[in-house]
Amino acid sequence: MAAETKIDPMHQFQIDPIFGSLANGNPFVFTNSALWMLIVLATIWLFMLGGMKRALVPGRWQVAVEGITGFITSMLDANVGPEGRKYVPWVFTVFIFILVANLMGLMPFGIIPGVHPFTVTSQFTITGVMALISFGIVLAVGFWKHGLHFFSLFVPAGTPFVLKLLIVPIEVVSFLVRPFSLALRLFVAMIAGHILIKVFGNFIVGGLNAEGLMGPAISLLSFVFIVGVSALELLVSAIQAYVFALLTSLYINDAVNLH
Amino acid sequence: MMSLEAAKVIGAGLAAIGVGAAAAGVGIVFGSFLQGALRNPAAADGQQGRLFIGFAAAELLGLIAFAVAMIILYAV
Repeated sequence: MAAETKIDPMHQFQIDPIFGSLANGNPFVFTNSALWMLIVLATIWLFMLGGMKRALVPGRWQVAVEGITGFITSMLDANVGPEGRKYVPWVFTVFIFILVANLMGLMPFGIIPGVHPFTVTSQFTITGVMALISFGIVLAVGFWKHGLHFFSLFVPAGTPFVLKLLIVPIEVVSFLVRPFSLALRLFVAMIAGHILIKVFGNFIVGGLNAEGLMGPAISLLSFVFIVGVSALELLVSAIQAYVFALLTSLYINDAVNLH
Repeated sequence: MMSLEAAKVIGAGLAAIGVGAAAAGVGIVFGSFLQGALRNPAAADGQQGRLFIGFAAAELLGLIAFAVAMIILYAV
């Protein structure tokens, strides 16, 4: 076997400073994560800019933008009801940021020399902050609208007293674990897919370097597999953005309507 | 006495079983949805939200298993 290729699949998630250095505990460092967040922001901005013309007869671009805003609006209408419109800005922000960040991380920018794509949503800090804001909105709205009555969220109506002793702690724990599960789902799904692609990319290179017929055959198989996985990852990107927005709207529904 | 390196790899492999179990769970979620949807296609669209909640719950457990495997491999 020829020189063994060793590619570290975790290296793509490393945050490196671009301007400034991480030494001396300096908190103001422009990292590749920040750079890719700005790229995601610019993409969203351009996308929205092209579609906000408010033409009476919408063009293709406007239909695309209105399709996404209408999708989020109808999601909140269906899950929260008439009061849901107030929360469209946050849910839409979360949805489109996650969607574009996920897709940006999958784009094959790596073929340009020196460019290292970075998936913003593969960091627990980013997804965690978004989940905490969602959770904070639920808490703030719940206590604002219902006061201490909000705690009745943990007590299902019409439960026998003996069962309440069991159900209330379970409900409290499941409520408190929400931001954690929301953030964990997104970031682990992104990490898992990217590691899988990297590992099989490693197999392609390793197979081409190997001697004999077996190596190229493995390379070809891995390549076919990677194409399929990439398609699956596109689907997962959209599903994760959808699930995050859907769960946020369901949690907001809990706070607004209390069952 | 097993070396730590070997134990790590075996542990990560065992944790990967959980990912397979979650795959079965996701399959059950979508399969059951299709069974119901084909019996009453008119009601299917209204249940899409619940479909994805079930999917998310089943998937999360698989992802946690994956996270455990990664922690064992890289962080222990």
